[in-house]
Amino acid sequence: MEKRDIIQSFKDSLFTGLIALALFGPIVGLRTASKGEGLFITPQWGIVFLLVGLCIFGRFLINLNSARKTELTFFSKFTSKFSAITEDKAKHFAITAILFAVVFPFLPFTDRYFMDVAIMILTYIMLGWGLNIVVGLAGLLDLGYVAFYAVGAYSYALIATTFGWSFWICLPLAGVFAAFFGILLGFPVLRLRGDYLAIVTLGFGEIIRIILINWYEVTNGPDGITGIPRPSFFGIPFKRSPDEGETSFHIFFGLEYSTMHRIIFLYYLILVLALITNYFTLKIRKLPVGRAWEALREDEIACKSLGVNPTNTKLTAFAIGAMFGGFAGSFFATRQAFISPESFTFIESAIIVAIVVLGGMGSQTGVVLASIFLIGITEMFRDLEQYRMIAFGGAMVLIMVFKPKGILANRKPTILMHGDKK
Amino acid sequence: MLKISNVETFYGKIQALKGVDLDVNDGEIVSLIGSNGAGKSTLLMTISGVNKAKRGNIVFNGENIENKQPHKIVDMGICQVPEGRRIFSRLTVEENLRLGAHANEKGKYFENDIKEVYDLFPVLSNRKTQRGGTLSGGEQQMLAIGRALMSKPKVLLLDEPSLGIAPKLVNQIFLSIKNINKEKNVTIFLVEQNAKKALELADRAYVLVNGKVTIKGSGQELLKNKDIQAAYLEGGAKN
Repeated sequence: MEKRDIIQSFKDSLFTGLIALALFGPIVGLRTASKGEGLFITPQWGIVFLLVGLCIFGRFLINLNSARKTELTFFSKFTSKFSAITEDKAKHFAITAILFAVVFPFLPFTDRYFMDVAIMILTYIMLGWGLNIVVGLAGLLDLGYVAFYAVGAYSYALIATTFGWSFWICLPLAGVFAAFFGILLGFPVLRLRGDYLAIVTLGFGEIIRIILINWYEVTNGPDGITGIPRPSFFGIPFKRSPDEGETSFHIFFGLEYSTMHRIIFLYYLILVLALITNYFTLKIRKLPVGRAWEALREDEIACKSLGVNPTNTKLTAFAIGAMFGGFAGSFFATRQAFISPESFTFIESAIIVAIVVLGGMGSQTGVVLASIFLIGITEMFRDLEQYRMIAFGGAMVLIMVFKPKGILANRKPTILMHGDKK
Repeated sequence: MLKISNVETFYGKIQALKGVDLDVNDGEIVSLIGSNGAGKSTLLMTISGVNKAKRGNIVFNGENIENKQPHKIVDMGICQVPEGRRIFSRLTVEENLRLGAHANEKGKYFENDIKEVYDLFPVLSNRKTQRGGTLSGGEQQMLAIGRALMSKPKVLLLDEPSLGIAPKLVNQIFLSIKNINKEKNVTIFLVEQNAKKALELADRAYVLVNGKVTIKGSGQELLKNKDIQAAYLEGGAKN
């Protein structure tokens, strides 16, 4: 590496520092605090200098790295390890991951907090897989996916609280409702593609949320729905002291009562639901309708000239994607026992889309990695409170810098020829 | 077999076809030549139902098809190889072919049909698991034709199969088109800018100018026609 390059990259880093100073200075550096009467500004230049220093250092490292491409620096080692996770190895990864997920609740370090985070990650994985059908396979950018999540959650909550039916009856019903809404959204947007479709779906997500807030008689408005029944273990409830003539999970299995039983059950419930979503998607990709989705993503005119009916193809993609969103929604409702429109804001849609895009559109394993990465990182930095979203943004930037097409960008063929089978 | 009478198609207010009359008989190769913007591709898209005719009739085997949806028209046996090939580039060669069979999707004869395509274009069978987008232009054209054949069409509509392809491969593709017509008994309606090749291949041919058919006749007649020689063959000929 020449001296000129070093000076050049040093200058560049200083410039980066200047931009960082301009950005972080007012945002982080000046903190308003209310003391007695009125607001006072407390400067916190220490943090600002730390952040600016980090930016300069980071930029300098990147510059050094790009100047010496042949040598393995820290960064390129990191990226080459990362790209080693290709779809070929994804199968082994999948089996290991599923095994790990199955034994996870019984590992010694697993406590209540870990379980809660794991359940959350699995919920997002399921949502990611559901949306992957619409965005990754059919190529229809849906920014209002949270609408179906909300429809599922509210259908479940309303049916369960009104009729008192069990989780296992309400779950498919909620899925059917969500699928119906998927078709409802599908019809007006059949002619749209790309940006226009994204805007309309975004609007749809907001419409659903606003209806939930304002349709007070049915949805109880912003107060939400409380007292949603918890799921039972195939009819056996998780209660400390069961009612007359009823048994309880810990009595039935002769265990000591623990609140963890229910958490572990919820964990396995979402794990199974997510795996069903995955299995379904992997299977349907090999059927004509799944292939038609992918063809539609590639070229709509070619599809028409080959006799693929784009109307039906798009509607099935919307309906099936929405159905899985609805399943995830009912799970969410039963886990929380309380839902309100607050939980179904645009940021949820954005996170799910981010998971699908960062995972590498259409890649099932990519969705898992992206969920763990994004949700896990925001959880890990929970102590940072309001700066948590910086960690979230940082994670996204990192993925896009090192893997611009998503973590797993390779599309796996659905047909392997005889003799090519691995 | 395919009878087009007085068809008019519009893009918004702009009229692309101004009353086209044209027939394609069973077993023929019919070529349509014309310059850029004459309306050749529009005519094919109108037959396929992707663009709708505002006036006029398109009759296929005694049935009116001008108001049918594209996938219904494919089901009836008219399949198009669109201009610019439009391969599904992230899908493999075999997946592309499978999509061609979407119309008779149960796939009962799939294995047999796909073998026929591979026999016709052996180069494709070496590339089964390769992505469509990684093929060369000529190979993509073969794939596009093969994909259309998978729907077992009675009439194959070809839109500029020579576009952007090396001259050597153009000869090979035109030879294949002839084979498809003679051996598989598929009627061919070919739209081309490469007038010389298209006329040599054709039993009959039409010339489209500004949305209207101006000259028609047998391929040989049109090759000798002075006006056509001046307009399409000598000056602008691409061999």
